Amino acid sequence: MNPTHNHFPEGPSFRSTLNTRYRVASVWQALFFSALLIAIISLTALIYDVVDGAFGYVAYDYKKDPATFTSTPLEDLTKEELLTTLQANLSSGAYNKLNNEKAMETRLRGELYTLFLERLIQLDIKKTWSFTESIMRAGAIRTEAAEKYPDAKLEFRSWLTPQFLTSPMSSKAEFAGVRTAILGSLWLVGIALLFALPLGTGAAIYLQEYAPKNWLTGIIQMNINNLAGVPSIVYGMLGLAIFVRVLAPLTSGSMFGVTDTNGRTVLSAGLTMGILILPLIIINAQEAIKAVPDSLRQAAYGVGATKWQTVWHHILPNSIAGILTGSILALSRALGETAPLIVVGASTFISVDPRGPFSKFTALPIQIYQWTTRAQSEFHAIAAGAIIVLLVLLLTLNATAILLRNRFQRKY
Amino acid sequence: MQNTQTPEYAIETKSLFIFYGSFAAVSEVTMKIEKQKITAIIGPSGCGKSTLLRAFNRMNDFVPSSYVTGEILMQGQNLYGKEIDPVEVRRKIGMVFQKPNPFPKSIYENISWGAKINGFKGNMDELVEQSLRSAALWDEVKDLLKKSAYELSGGQQQRLCIARTIAIQPEIILMDEPASALDPISTLRIEELMQELKKNYTIIIVTHNMQQAARVSDYTAMMMIDDNRSGGVIEFDKTQTIFTRPKDKRTEDYVTGRFG
Ligand SMILES: Nc1ncnc2c1ncn2[C@@H]1O[C@H](COP(=O)(O)OP(=O)(O)OP(=O)(O)O)[C@@H](O)[C@H]1O
Ligand SMILES: [Mg+2]
Repeated sequence: MNPTHNHFPEGPSFRSTLNTRYRVASVWQALFFSALLIAIISLTALIYDVVDGAFGYVAYDYKKDPATFTSTPLEDLTKEELLTTLQANLSSGAYNKLNNEKAMETRLRGELYTLFLERLIQLDIKKTWSFTESIMRAGAIRTEAAEKYPDAKLEFRSWLTPQFLTSPMSSKAEFAGVRTAILGSLWLVGIALLFALPLGTGAAIYLQEYAPKNWLTGIIQMNINNLAGVPSIVYGMLGLAIFVRVLAPLTSGSMFGVTDTNGRTVLSAGLTMGILILPLIIINAQEAIKAVPDSLRQAAYGVGATKWQTVWHHILPNSIAGILTGSILALSRALGETAPLIVVGASTFISVDPRGPFSKFTALPIQIYQWTTRAQSEFHAIAAGAIIVLLVLLLTLNATAILLRNRFQRKY
Repeated sequence: MQNTQTPEYAIETKSLFIFYGSFAAVSEVTMKIEKQKITAIIGPSGCGKSTLLRAFNRMNDFVPSSYVTGEILMQGQNLYGKEIDPVEVRRKIGMVFQKPNPFPKSIYENISWGAKINGFKGNMDELVEQSLRSAALWDEVKDLLKKSAYELSGGQQQRLCIARTIAIQPEIILMDEPASALDPISTLRIEELMQELKKNYTIIIVTHNMQQAARVSDYTAMMMIDDNRSGGVIEFDKTQTIFTRPKDKRTEDYVTGRFG
């Protein structure tokens, strides 16, 4: 070929091809940007929707006048006054029942105050308004409340209160809380982690460091990858069949002398969640182990280390941060799962804290699902509150994972 | 000590072939490596130098498809014999790699770990100091023993790797282009160090640097690939002979830079 002959466009014709290249580029750039925009809009809408439900005006009144029980203004009532008022005005049967659930003397002022509102003056919610409505139409809401509920008080409130976090379930939205659900969720992910972390790490170490690369391990690897994508309800069915039914003597605790439960315990559900996140943990752990460079393995073998010494002293310590990060992210999946819990049999109404692996339980997503199916708008408001709690928990987990990753990031 | 005395050999190979799958990367190597001498392996890229070197301490075992035929004998024992444990081989034949690869641990632990896992029962502080002194690193790091090995320069890291190898008191030290990632001054220090070390150890070094081979080694093995891309030792002799009066034309071309 003649090297002096120029095959490239020059001058104006070069500039015109250049312009075409820029045009194509800007179209793609615009597409990428709109993708990002749509993602941001969806996220904003989600957060707005939740916040919108969790705050706003509420109109309520008392079925009985507080003055019939006490002359002190409600806010100033002491614990002792509340106790005597409750004792005096509740039927002795009702009082004893409450006392049996939890001794009245040991209850906090807040708990007694809630009982006072719930049982004696019988706070009654008439209507709730969303955050947007409350901001945009405050005047209209005020007139509407005054017309329709002349006796009711109108108050702007957050449904997400300290009390909401510490109260157990109640059939009245204004007294219901997520305490039982939070504890249930924590038990669940705790059991799932105890089960899946050692198992998953072990399997990952075996696959990466010990298993020969042949068709059998290839099939196992492929199956693990596929299991990570199996719909969670399938894990629920598995958990129901194995943990709730077949292993009932173990999971109900009857082997250990626990008599008052069946297999639908937090242990069964936790193990189901453990199975659900196991493939995720294995895959993440494998990635973390793969990230340990071969030069480090060679260094260890080079000074006469056995495989086990290499794994224990070098590969594990150098991949543990990655393994934990992956496990935490897997846990946050478990925290949000609902379907398998329904199948395994989470309780939908339960107000006692889970006290051990053989307890009945509920979990945050179950509680949220439960409340959103109710007709009354105040339940939707506390569902929004519970969603915020769940999101905060998830964000905390993810932030922990990121911190862990940054803290232990290694250079080789 | 001429002629009358038969030299002592640290290790020898007999018709050694090294395969990756069905590909013979190294063919038919028979050589005897003298004790307390430095033997250099030279040759163009891809001729199987690293493969041969790694065969000596069974590091090739980690390549699943690899296997050897023939023998590598150390004190009359075939290192690839059924009764031989590769872990034991690696304790007796240490290795320094091309790229410095200290453990992501403290300088002290880099030395002590190998000794500890091999059941060392003596005074660890002494061993660490001794090994670092032998690797000509003690003066530079004696106040930094608790610091991470990654805080050292590349040359220092490589000397730390040498110290780590010395600490398990091997009989042979293998080095695969130990200075190729280092600057000329660090390279010189490593070369001086090798001269020091050969008083106690047998050293086999792979190098691309002709001057280095000529400077440091007592013996040189010239490797070259044949028509099947399989590498072999085409000439093995005293370094002086290889560099001044090579028998093989290809060796002469290679060491004088006229190769290819
Ligand atoms: N793990 C492996 N699997 C398969 N083939 C390999 C492997 N390692 C090396 N080989 C092949 O064996 C031959 C020799 O490789 P080797 O690394 O020993 O060469 P070398 O002489 O050390 O080259 P260089 O000077 O570039 O380091 C090459 O053809 C290479 O492709
Ligand atoms: Mg090489």
